[in-house]
Amino acid sequence: MKILGFVLLVSGWAIVLTAVALLREDVPRAAFVLAGIGVEVVGLALLIRAHPIRRGEHE
Amino acid sequence: MPGLSDTSAFCVMFILLVPLAGAGLALINTGLGRSRSAAQLMMSSLCVVSIAALAYFVCGFAFQGFPNQSAHWLMFGGKGWNWLADGHLFLDHVALNGSPSSLAALLGMLSAGLAALIPLGAGADRWRLGACSISTAVLAGWTYPLFAHWVWGGGWLAELGSNYGLGQGFVDSGGASTIQVMGGLTALAIAWILGPRRGKYTQEGMPAAIPGHNAVLVLFGCLLALVGWWGLNSSGAILYHGADLGVAVRVAINTVLSAASAALAAAIITNARFGKPDASLTANGWIGGLAASSGACAFVEPLEAALIGVLAGILVTFAVEWFELRMSVDDPGGSISAHAMGGLWGLLSVGIFAQLPLPAGRTAGPATALPPGQWLAQVVGIATLIGFVLPLTYGLNWLLDRAYRQRVSAEGERQGLDLYELGAGAYPEFMTHSEEFTER
Repeated sequence: MKILGFVLLVSGWAIVLTAVALLREDVPRAAFVLAGIGVEVVGLALLIRAHPIRRGEHE
Repeated sequence: MPGLSDTSAFCVMFILLVPLAGAGLALINTGLGRSRSAAQLMMSSLCVVSIAALAYFVCGFAFQGFPNQSAHWLMFGGKGWNWLADGHLFLDHVALNGSPSSLAALLGMLSAGLAALIPLGAGADRWRLGACSISTAVLAGWTYPLFAHWVWGGGWLAELGSNYGLGQGFVDSGGASTIQVMGGLTALAIAWILGPRRGKYTQEGMPAAIPGHNAVLVLFGCLLALVGWWGLNSSGAILYHGADLGVAVRVAINTVLSAASAALAAAIITNARFGKPDASLTANGWIGGLAASSGACAFVEPLEAALIGVLAGILVTFAVEWFELRMSVDDPGGSISAHAMGGLWGLLSVGIFAQLPLPAGRTAGPATALPPGQWLAQVVGIATLIGFVLPLTYGLNWLLDRAYRQRVSAEGERQGLDLYELGAGAYPEFMTHSEEFTER
């Protein structure tokens, strides 16, 4: 789950870069940038879920 | 000062205030940690600042560069993306005479140390001295310069305006992204990799309160950091955005307003929730307000700076609780909430409030405005921090952890890092000698 989280973080960033580089119209560009942010948020959520497993590890 | 313009001379003075921000952060981190690790944390702070300066000197500035200098380019979507400076190692070919690039090298050397101090707060009481030193070398020698080039070295984020019409490109006048969010996200990576302190969480996941050992250090550190932030925000605005010297007054007013309103917001919230104002959360709010101010303080009105501060204080106060309770992230210094969350809000505030100077030569209309698309440039920068910098800094520190374990042993943590790593405690007079209490 941790690796998938990082993959989604990088994928979201790639969507943002691609939208900036390839789209010229303001609205679709903004929509895709925000979609990329959304993918990053999902990645972050997965990372957060992956790490609490270590809660008791060091007890 | 012959040969040095007034602007350069004042810029040097502003930059030389920056170490006070580092001193403030070191005191805050130490005060919020345990007494049995206080000397090790201050020692780590000194080592981190030293290693950051050396790593930045060796290769950091070569990778960061300065606008209009040679760089490496990638072609994507029909345009060139400037992604890494092509400078010389060891500050070779940099005229150390007050030129803008030499001032950038000086500011970068101190800023890299400041960014590297931030994760120490998250790793307090369990991060080995050797490990945080190596981690700092990686941060100051590669991660920080790479992103700083994109923002301050004429890189692709700075050129989003000229290349793609997104406002004036990604704007960060005082290091909200390059220093604060960079350090805050590294702090998150370190907190995840190290895991929580022993006894912080029960098997059911409930956190135990481990209060900081010295509120005086923490609150004095806040006041010291303010002076450093004045230097940081002023020098950044002058050096990277061509602001004139007079902007220092606006920057100073806005910086103190942002910090003050953030601290008061945190104090009021904690007073309302817990019946008394919480000193450590108020300190975190103050630092969050400073981090947020770094984004736009040169380009906003005082009232807007105060509003940015209030929202930063609210955000940081709830973020500290959220990270501890919901995310099970043990961050004794509140570094992630204050620096990463405060800095991210500061970057976003540029796209909402900033009145950026318009190109020279205009004969009509206002001299400043919020350019169309500026908010999108800021969002692209934020996406880069979360989608690129966080995985990069996590990955590098994870690899380091495989090669050289970052967390101290269980015995070292029980004993305290002062005795375990340094062989002497910060407060030897705290030791109780039984014979002193024996009737003679």
